[in-house]
Amino acid sequence: MSEQVTALAEVTQQAAPEAPAVHRSRHLAEKARAIALGVGFPLLLVVLWDRAVAITGTRLVPSPHDVAVMMYDFSFGGVYDDAFSATILTHIWKSMTRVYGGFFLAALIGIPLGLMIGRIKLLRQLLDPTINLLRPIPVTAWLPLSMIFFGLGPNAAIFLVFLGAFYPILLNTIFGVRSVDPRLFEAAAMLGCQGSAMFREVVFPASLPAIFNGLRIAHGFAWILIVVGEMTGVPTGLGSVIMDGRTLSRTDLVVTGMIVIGMCGFITDRIIVMISNRVLSWSPQHHA
Amino acid sequence: MRDGGKRALLAVRGVTKRFPVDDGEIEALARIDLAIDSGEFVCLIGASGCGKSTLLRIIAGFEEPTTGEVTTHGKTITGPGSDRGMVFQDYALFPWMTVHRNIGFGPRQRGLPRAEIAAIADEFVKLVGLERFADRYPNQLSGGMKQRVAIARVLANDANILLMDEPFGALDALTREQLQRELLQIWARTKVTVVFVTHSVEEAVLLSDRILVMSAGPGRIESDIAIDLPRPREVSSPEFNAVRRDVARRLTSHLAPRALELAGG
Repeated sequence: MSEQVTALAEVTQQAAPEAPAVHRSRHLAEKARAIALGVGFPLLLVVLWDRAVAITGTRLVPSPHDVAVMMYDFSFGGVYDDAFSATILTHIWKSMTRVYGGFFLAALIGIPLGLMIGRIKLLRQLLDPTINLLRPIPVTAWLPLSMIFFGLGPNAAIFLVFLGAFYPILLNTIFGVRSVDPRLFEAAAMLGCQGSAMFREVVFPASLPAIFNGLRIAHGFAWILIVVGEMTGVPTGLGSVIMDGRTLSRTDLVVTGMIVIGMCGFITDRIIVMISNRVLSWSPQHHA
Repeated sequence: MRDGGKRALLAVRGVTKRFPVDDGEIEALARIDLAIDSGEFVCLIGASGCGKSTLLRIIAGFEEPTTGEVTTHGKTITGPGSDRGMVFQDYALFPWMTVHRNIGFGPRQRGLPRAEIAAIADEFVKLVGLERFADRYPNQLSGGMKQRVAIARVLANDANILLMDEPFGALDALTREQLQRELLQIWARTKVTVVFVTHSVEEAVLLSDRILVMSAGPGRIESDIAIDLPRPREVSSPEFNAVRRDVARRLTSHLAPRALELAGG
């Protein structure tokens, strides 16, 4: 028995180290091409934007150069030296506290609730209709009520981000639990796993791929909602910068704020993907 | 354990099973009575739909019998328990755990000290010859290796009854033969009791002390055949073939009237 098992083992292990060496150069070329295309396309859009502004001669839309100057001033100051100069980090930080305040709150409530709704039929029958009734209501519709509940200030913004992030996390978690192979629960039960250990040891890890999907979608919504959230009358934050730019008719400031939100969302999304790939390393088909 | 085991380790008494369907019920199992001694290797064989998997799932505690009861060590079972370990055809390994952690799952649930869990897992990783794969995840393993992990996982949990639901059905012929040999070695070494569901006559004759032939509509045990061939058994020997023909004949004799009935009706 053991001789044959060992023979099997050697076949697999010899094959493994050779494969990456052969594919490495092709893999690198493929990666370089992906980066060139991925970066090239937005650069092309910037050129088109620049030409369009120049040809139409509009003064309502800033040129890429105007925005670049504004971005420099927003980051380091020394050009306009007004209320927005060199304040970028403050605004990013303030927005992040709201984005992640709402996001983590949504995850903290959405994941356990989703695990229980997915696993416990009674809870599903009790809550499912309500959830599906509340879910289609746009977050913006909650704006007036949230200002009544939480007053003017960051808590209303956190609440709105929470609302937007909550449903994708909750629904993906429920879906994740529902699509776990029921044999895994049987296997765990026969090995003596029950009660809360079942949630911790089986339901939660088995649903992780779907949960990460939900987190990633929710994280995107959280950044989308920051502008709405910061309409609730907060003095700092990227959303409030855009609202200020609108009031002051400074479109270069508006576009600068848009770009910074885009960059923050992009970078933090990459971080989530990295964490997800690491946590889900056991499941290669879920690598994004 | 095997010599002291004339008292039935596992007893099925008056078990029937009906499943509700849209318009009424399906009778999956007619009355089943069965006693299995400690250390016995028993195969349940029959065509698909004869209720052999249902019976195994009732013994495992995953399904409740409509009437009757199953006892182990004289105690009525009420659900899945670690004395009865199921090995599924599709493995049902925890894909987020390494081989080592999968095998240590049962001992971990019992709250044993960390060092002891690791020692038990090491021991059973070794039993199934997967030392070099201990840190791999299930999706990095072949089907045969996955099934070895599944067997080790229930044995590491001190299961003394191994329930196997067509465990080698999804494997290629060579791997299946090897796993059959390994299972017999493990059985001889651990004195575990095995209830093995298969639809292969050859597999049943190769492995078991006793073959229960089941037939469908509703599921029942038609014959209870003791296999006295000496071990290790040689598939190509005339004695083996004689027994195989006998079992196959009994299996088809239950199938034939039913097939005619269906054709006629």
